[in-house]
Amino acid sequence: MNAIDATDVHVTLGGQAIVRGVDLAVPPGQVVALLGANGSGKSTFVRSLLGVVPLASGSVRLLGEPLGRGVPWQRVGYVPQRMSAAGGVPTTALEVVVSGMLHGRRLRPPRDRRARATAALAALGVEDLVDRRVQEMSGGQQQRVLIARALVREPSLLVLDEPTSGIDLPTQDTFVTALARLRDTGTTVVVILHEIGPFAPLIDRAVVLRHGRVVHDGPPPPARGEHGHAEHDHLHPHADPEPPLDGPDLTLEVTP
Amino acid sequence: MSAWDQVLTLLGSPLMQRALIAAVLVGAAAPVVGTFLVQRRMALMGDGIGHVALTGVALGWLVGSWAAVSPADALAVPGAVVAAVVGSVVIELVRERGRTSGDLALAIMFYGGIAGGVLLIKVAGGTNANLMSYLFGSISTVSTGDLWWTVALAVLVLGVGVGLRWTLFAVSHDEEFARASGLPVRLVSMLVATLAALTVTIAMRVVGLLLVSALMIVPVAVAQLYARSFGRTMAVASGIGVTVSVVGLVVTYWNDVPPGATIVVLAIVLYALSALLHPLLARRRAAHDPHPDMSDDVLVPAVDAACAPDASGTPADPPAPRRP
Repeated sequence: MNAIDATDVHVTLGGQAIVRGVDLAVPPGQVVALLGANGSGKSTFVRSLLGVVPLASGSVRLLGEPLGRGVPWQRVGYVPQRMSAAGGVPTTALEVVVSGMLHGRRLRPPRDRRARATAALAALGVEDLVDRRVQEMSGGQQQRVLIARALVREPSLLVLDEPTSGIDLPTQDTFVTALARLRDTGTTVVVILHEIGPFAPLIDRAVVLRHGRVVHDGPPPPARGEHGHAEHDHLHPHADPEPPLDGPDLTLEVTP
Repeated sequence: MSAWDQVLTLLGSPLMQRALIAAVLVGAAAPVVGTFLVQRRMALMGDGIGHVALTGVALGWLVGSWAAVSPADALAVPGAVVAAVVGSVVIELVRERGRTSGDLALAIMFYGGIAGGVLLIKVAGGTNANLMSYLFGSISTVSTGDLWWTVALAVLVLGVGVGLRWTLFAVSHDEEFARASGLPVRLVSMLVATLAALTVTIAMRVVGLLLVSALMIVPVAVAQLYARSFGRTMAVASGIGVTVSVVGLVVTYWNDVPPGATIVVLAIVLYALSALLHPLLARRRAAHDPHPDMSDDVLVPAVDAACAPDASGTPADPPAPRRP
């Protein structure tokens, strides 16, 4: 039984086809990196896998169950790109992490919520933030709280959307350590990345999206040293700039 | 008459007893729902529902006059409940659809609510004056029947709002994550909207439809200045709601001022004072360095003495200006 079984997934947002026929089967325990330029549809694809955005067509099975109420949601963890900027009511890290204990079949958190939330924060080295307002935290601290919210339910499938964008190096290392620990316990991980970077030793497989389609599925493309090679698939945080359609080319003039 | 005697007289009046019970329940329930609305960035939703509920009041009146029930406004509160619930669900559906067009649709619905109310009350044989007590509240006219409505709905709102607060919080805080957790986001959003609608109808007699939203939102605005957590914000806001409602009501017992407006003005004055005092209190609290102790990503040759971990209370010497 695959952790994720997505067949011919199409997603249309605002009348535009964002994901155009993606197939993805992820066996349990695999660590998959989803790569691609900005706007290649990887975030939308992942959100459609989790039922956050509706599928235009195609089918998705998570942990063996078709997307919907039947999915064992308590075993699925999701880390969005950044903390939602909800209405400004003060919220502590504890409350955010405890909300991760709720799912389709549990509408109230368990009694030992504080201990479990603190343990999840401790796994990311930020247990001292437990009673701090998330609104006052730095981006990296918020990101750790979001990961703790996904880990607190001890997921067997973890989906992360660019967990390291805008994060300092020590924090990135914390994530890699945490992720390595999860992989060792058999957790399936799907992680959206711009650069494989520090995750390289963990990644089993890389799937590259371009214009909403899979253009590469296999071993992770080499990260360094071969950028100049002719067949190199240039994976970088930024998209190549569009060449101007008309108008003058860049010229250099030397005036005497 | 001593002050104590005056309090006893106040508590002895059946009218005042009913009004006080209503005020306490409404004051406690409204900010609980208001906290979720503020978190969802829908602070003005209560206003919208209030407008729509006015049509419900007039509709109830119209049905009552057809059915020849007496008094003529016996069905006004049930009418308001139905219209408010329908209106809130429509607002929620519009919100779910999109942004810009939703904004317009909501505005049109609000104006339609007021216009419909004024029109229908005329058809029902009433006058605009009949609507005034609903628009601005008339706690002195709370009957025993009204009180039972208020008690039942307030207990329902408080029970659901507090009992399911974690689910309501999860959906209000991060809808996307809630969806990815398999939580019934749509149902919960509708539930919040329905709770807001019920709150509007029970608060209608106390502060009036036009001021309902103030009792839901202003206590939250005060509480979030000082509270550190969502749960604390909700509890403090609820306490503030009860306090301003009771104090406002007691003030109107001795002075001839409208209760609804008095309660709202009290709440706003409280907010103004809190907002003014907040910077002073916050400055006293912020004694520690908010920056986490992390290694730098870059190699920095020298460390400023003031930032060194062993920096004592004595001020460090300013770095000597470097000259070429």
